[in-house]
Amino acid sequence: MSERQQGIRRTLAMTRKETWQILRDPSAIAIGVVLPLLMLILFGYGLSFDIKNLPVAVVVEHSSADTSSAVSALRLSPWFAVHQVGTMNEAEQMMTEHKVNAILRFPPNFSRDLARGDATLLVAVNATDANTARIALAYVTGAIGIWQARDAKDGMTVPEIANIAIESRMWFNETNQSQWFLVPGVIVMVMTLIGALLTSLVIAREWERGTFEALFATPVRPSEILLSKTIPYFVMGMLGLAFSVAGSQLLFGVPLRGSLWLLIVVSSLYLLVALGIGLVISSVSKSQFLSNQLTFLVTFLPAIMLSGFIFDIRSMPVALQLITHIFPARYFVNSLQTIFLAGDVWPVILPDAAILAVMAAVLMRIAVKSTRKRIA
Amino acid sequence: MPVREKAQPVEIERVHKTFRRENGDTVKALAGVSFTAQHNTLTALVGPDGGGKTTLLRMIAGLVAADEGSACVLGMDAAADAQTVQERIGYMPQKFGLYEDLTVQQNLDLYADLHGIGIAARQTIYPRLMQMTALGPFTRRLAGLLSGGMKQKLGLACTLVSSPDLLLLDEPTVGVDPLSRRELWEIVRRQVRESGMTVIASTSYLDEAEFFDHTIALHLGKVLAEGRPQEIAARAAGRVFMASSATKATARALQSRLFRQPEIADAVPEAGLVRVVTHEAELPRNENVIYAPVTPRFEDGFMLLFRAAVGDIQATAIKLEHRPENAPAETAVEVRDLLRTFGDFVAVNHVSFDVRRGEIYGLLGPNGAGKSTTFRMLCGLIPATGGQLRVAGADLRTSRAEARAKLGYVAQKFSLYGDLSVDENLDFFASAYGLRGDRKRTRIAWAKAQFDLGAMATLPSGQLPGGYKQRLAMAAALLHEPEILFLDEATSGADPLARREFWGRITALAEQGVTVIVTTHFMEEAEYCDRVIIMDGGVALAEGSPENIRARAKRSDGHEPTMEDAFIAIVEASRQDLRKAA
Repeated sequence: MSERQQGIRRTLAMTRKETWQILRDPSAIAIGVVLPLLMLILFGYGLSFDIKNLPVAVVVEHSSADTSSAVSALRLSPWFAVHQVGTMNEAEQMMTEHKVNAILRFPPNFSRDLARGDATLLVAVNATDANTARIALAYVTGAIGIWQARDAKDGMTVPEIANIAIESRMWFNETNQSQWFLVPGVIVMVMTLIGALLTSLVIAREWERGTFEALFATPVRPSEILLSKTIPYFVMGMLGLAFSVAGSQLLFGVPLRGSLWLLIVVSSLYLLVALGIGLVISSVSKSQFLSNQLTFLVTFLPAIMLSGFIFDIRSMPVALQLITHIFPARYFVNSLQTIFLAGDVWPVILPDAAILAVMAAVLMRIAVKSTRKRIA
Repeated sequence: MPVREKAQPVEIERVHKTFRRENGDTVKALAGVSFTAQHNTLTALVGPDGGGKTTLLRMIAGLVAADEGSACVLGMDAAADAQTVQERIGYMPQKFGLYEDLTVQQNLDLYADLHGIGIAARQTIYPRLMQMTALGPFTRRLAGLLSGGMKQKLGLACTLVSSPDLLLLDEPTVGVDPLSRRELWEIVRRQVRESGMTVIASTSYLDEAEFFDHTIALHLGKVLAEGRPQEIAARAAGRVFMASSATKATARALQSRLFRQPEIADAVPEAGLVRVVTHEAELPRNENVIYAPVTPRFEDGFMLLFRAAVGDIQATAIKLEHRPENAPAETAVEVRDLLRTFGDFVAVNHVSFDVRRGEIYGLLGPNGAGKSTTFRMLCGLIPATGGQLRVAGADLRTSRAEARAKLGYVAQKFSLYGDLSVDENLDFFASAYGLRGDRKRTRIAWAKAQFDLGAMATLPSGQLPGGYKQRLAMAAALLHEPEILFLDEATSGADPLARREFWGRITALAEQGVTVIVTTHFMEEAEYCDRVIIMDGGVALAEGSPENIRARAKRSDGHEPTMEDAFIAIVEASRQDLRKAA
């Protein structure tokens, strides 16, 4: 048998061993199958960034036709639960007691100012939860903007700017369902967990249990060991992708406007990057605990915080925006959201895919270089 | 690559290897070691932990490169041609890399695949390996569910699957019971005899070196001595005696007295007497001791060399602050009809015994005999399924906390916190036992003085030399002045000198009224016990003094049977009876 055939046979044997281990290990199955479904359900049903029935205190100090028209516009909106009060004091009291999350104050001379065209409104939001606060602020200003625009159509007042911000948020997500926005994020998390975390853990486990030492003293080559660790987890990652996509379609009807093959290609690239990171981490750290910590810090947390999946990158400080560029998750999230909600927008996807491909190649190279059959 | 003709399988020339610890210290693992393993022989690497045995074996396997010197394996340079060397050797590391979540067969298949063994060849190799290891009935069982001895046999089978030219075994018998040890070595010897294999094995059991062709004694990275075991033994010629007391003192008491004498290199209790090795041919003068000369064996020669290299031993006397109060005849531990089941499996099957106060009591048995389970029940770590259990006068089923306060426990792996210093560990354990203020300070000071830990006080316990770890573990277990001390295989993997020091302390504790219960795989250590119980398959097979137990065996060569002979005889007889019954 030629050396090449021997190598293929060894790789297959190792891959088979790895597969058996995955199948016997309930935790691997949990991460590959149960976790995607769990996260879909969690993000889909539990964690929603939409706000309905936002309690708002509306302070009308001097009632007029304009104020009652604005207040009734708010009352009719499903997004607000309006509590009308007469003084600012009352409103502040309600805010401190957490009865309302926002205050909208019409000043006494609102109607006169409005007629003149430079009316001011005070909007105060409870900013303890910054995310909700931002959304609340956008909703309230948006609602006023809409009311204003409608009134303007009736030829009553001078049109004002204000409604553009809302327009942009609702563009690809007409029904304003955050599930549509979040579900692609689930794919990122699943891929990161399977690719980086699971891989680095299983390698560290071989070091801890001493199985590598015996393996190293056999004819097996380092590259064959790496390959045998990559193949099964790649397959598992792709299964995770399938579960996430299927779940998102069946449970929430998230549209897939781009092509499926492109989704698979981009996901494969990211999965290879994640596997590369897992392999490199485990060649540095030989304990499961340390691998776990490192992988969380280097891949999982950035994938959640700095990828644009939950927090919009454009609203981050510039320094942080720059940092996001070194994390692969950012490019993947960007591509995923485009493929899911917009379509095959090549100018967006091509650069992202190229960067992921380069990252994958570099990481795999480092992994091969740093894995040697040496103890200590 | 050039293959030199007539080269011996392993030729090591003045190799050096230094490791750097994480804290920046450097450790010299090998300092100019040279040796040759002849074709088709069995070579033993013996010596204490930290001697360099593992590093040397890894170097031969091409897993560690030498800083200096050369390692020539099967005619190739082990570092440069590691890959080619690895195709022709079998290497079994200390914790052998069995995949515990794979079955016996899957583990074997993996190694056969990695070595490129064809399907046809397997048909002849597998049955032979299965017959040799007696693993045939268990091919579908997960490796993790095998007993310790069976795991080692499977590891050996995996290494032998490629029929290597050179077999490297790193302490293959650590933690393995005497029966499995004997079977394991029989397999290895057969390979040398029948397949022309060359074997290098390391061991910390000195009695195992006896049947090797060549032995190399390593200490602190240097070769202390090498030669045939008989040659090493001959170094102690005329200096080995069996000593007995004219005043009818117990063997244990005599041993602890003799071991402290400067003229004596080694003293161990054996077959009711004390085996003594003296530094010079002259005997220490003592009217109360009768000496009879005997033929030296490997262990005697090794201990003589080892003591010369180590120098003075640590004082092992321990002085308790307070002796346990109760009358000496009282029963410290009372076990009646003890039963423990795990599902359908009966781990401990109606076992009964008593331990008197101040006694040293030994629990012996093969791997999986149920002694660890018994031990854990005695310490109150797991509840009994049935039966009665009284420890230090408290019923473990109703007042577990009360019983626990009176017992100390040294676990197999020493439950110390590796990142904490000696002081911090003692402080922690003292607090855990509820000691506070002045009392805590005096107890910690006592422990540090008695166990000579002062010099190591600020060192993280993970970096302590082997013997010191043992001392710290024992010191921590004694902080709260327990009446009963439990020691679970506390000498496993320890070097011979550390083990003797350890038993010196146990003897001192027992003399002051502390009850000691131990488990051990070293059968000769059972000689230190007042009484032992032998278990197998969850059942008590024999109980009594070491003399009683020894009397149950006969040796064909007419020699006085050792504890190990008796142990094997008793366990095998019981297993034969079971087979007949079934």
